[in-house]
Amino acid sequence: MAALLLLLYWTFLKIGLFTIGGGYAMIPLMEAEIIARQGWLTAPEFLDIIAVAEMTPGPVSINAATFVGYRLAGIGGSLLATLGVVTPSLVLLLLLSRFLMRFIRDPRAERFLKGLRPALIALIMLAAYNLGRAALVDTTTIAIAAAVLVVSILRKPNPLYLIGAGALLGLIFFPY
Amino acid sequence: MDGKEQGEADQTKPVPLPGIFLVFLKVGAFTFGGGYAILPVIQREVVVTRKWVDRAFFFDTLIITQSMPGALALNSSIQIGMHLRGLPGGILAALGAITPSVLIILSIVGLFLPVYRDNSYVQAVFYGLRPAVVALIAAAAFHLGQELIRGWTSITLAAVLLAAAVLLNIHPIAILLAGGLAGLILFRKREV
Repeated sequence: MAALLLLLYWTFLKIGLFTIGGGYAMIPLMEAEIIARQGWLTAPEFLDIIAVAEMTPGPVSINAATFVGYRLAGIGGSLLATLGVVTPSLVLLLLLSRFLMRFIRDPRAERFLKGLRPALIALIMLAAYNLGRAALVDTTTIAIAAAVLVVSILRKPNPLYLIGAGALLGLIFFPY
Repeated sequence: MDGKEQGEADQTKPVPLPGIFLVFLKVGAFTFGGGYAILPVIQREVVVTRKWVDRAFFFDTLIITQSMPGALALNSSIQIGMHLRGLPGGILAALGAITPSVLIILSIVGLFLPVYRDNSYVQAVFYGLRPAVVALIAAAAFHLGQELIRGWTSITLAAVLLAAAVLLNIHPIAILLAGGLAGLILFRKREV
C-alpha cells in the first residue's frame, strides 16, 4: 500500500510538472502514465473521470487526480495524487519564485515554450485518437463525437454545454 | 474610487489570512470547467470586488501562469496569496483553491458512484459523455493549434513530432522536451 501511494504521488508529480499551459495539456500525460504505463484505468474509465472533472467545479487536473487516487487507494490515495499534481506549482511559486521569474524572462525560455507548444498539440491530437479508438464503439457514439466536434470547432461554446449535450444524447440513444 | 476601470489596489491594511482562504475557496467551489473559466472569476473577486491587487499585477500573474507547469487557476491563486501575505498567504490560497475540488470529487466517487454505477440511466449518461469528451479533446487540439501554431516551422515541428510519437511510440514527456529543444535551436532568429 505504501508503495502504491508513493507511486501515485510520483506519477501525478510528473503529470503536474509537464502540464504546461494548463487544461488539456495533462490529457496525453495522464493517458500515457495511467492507462498505457500503469494500467490503472481503461480508456472508457479515464473518459468518465474527465467528464466528471469537467462537470464539477475546480481545476480539471486536480479533480482528475483526486478521482484516480481514490479509485486506486481510497482517501489516502486521493490526497497523495492531488498533492503530487500541485507539488510543482507550490515548489516553483512558493520556494523558487525568484528563480522562476528569471527563467520566464529569459528569451531562451520563450523559444523553448515556442517549440513545446507544437509538441503539445501533436500529443493532444494523438491522445484524442487513442481515446477515440477505445470509446467510439458504435455508430451512435461516432455520431455524438462528430456532432460535438463540429459544434465545438464552429461555435466554441463553453465545454460544459457540450458535456451536457453528450449526457442528454446518451440518455436518449443508449441501447437500454 | 473607480476600481473597475483602473483596478487600483487598496493597500492601506493587510488582507486577513482567513479572507484569502475563503475567497479562493469560493472561486474553487462555484466555477466550472477549468482554467480559462476560472481566471475571469478570480479577476473579478480580487481585482474588481476586493481591490486586493491591481490589474497590472493580475495580468503579470497570468503571463507567469501560462509559461509554467500546473493548473492555471491554482498558479494564479498561489501568486496572489503570496503577493498579499507571503508564504502563509500562498499556502492558504492553494488550499482554498483545491479544497472544494477534493471534497466534491470524493463525495461523487465515494458516495454517489458506488450506489448508482449500475443504474442504467447513469450508464446511459456516461455512454453519451465519453464520445463528447473525445470530441472536446480533439477540439482542444484544433483550437490550441489555431491559436499557438504560427508559421511553417511550427507546423512542420508538430507534424514531425506527431509522426515520431505514433511510429516510435515515444513517451509524451520526451516529445515535449524534444519540441522545447527544437524550439531553442529553430527559433534562434526571431521569425514570424
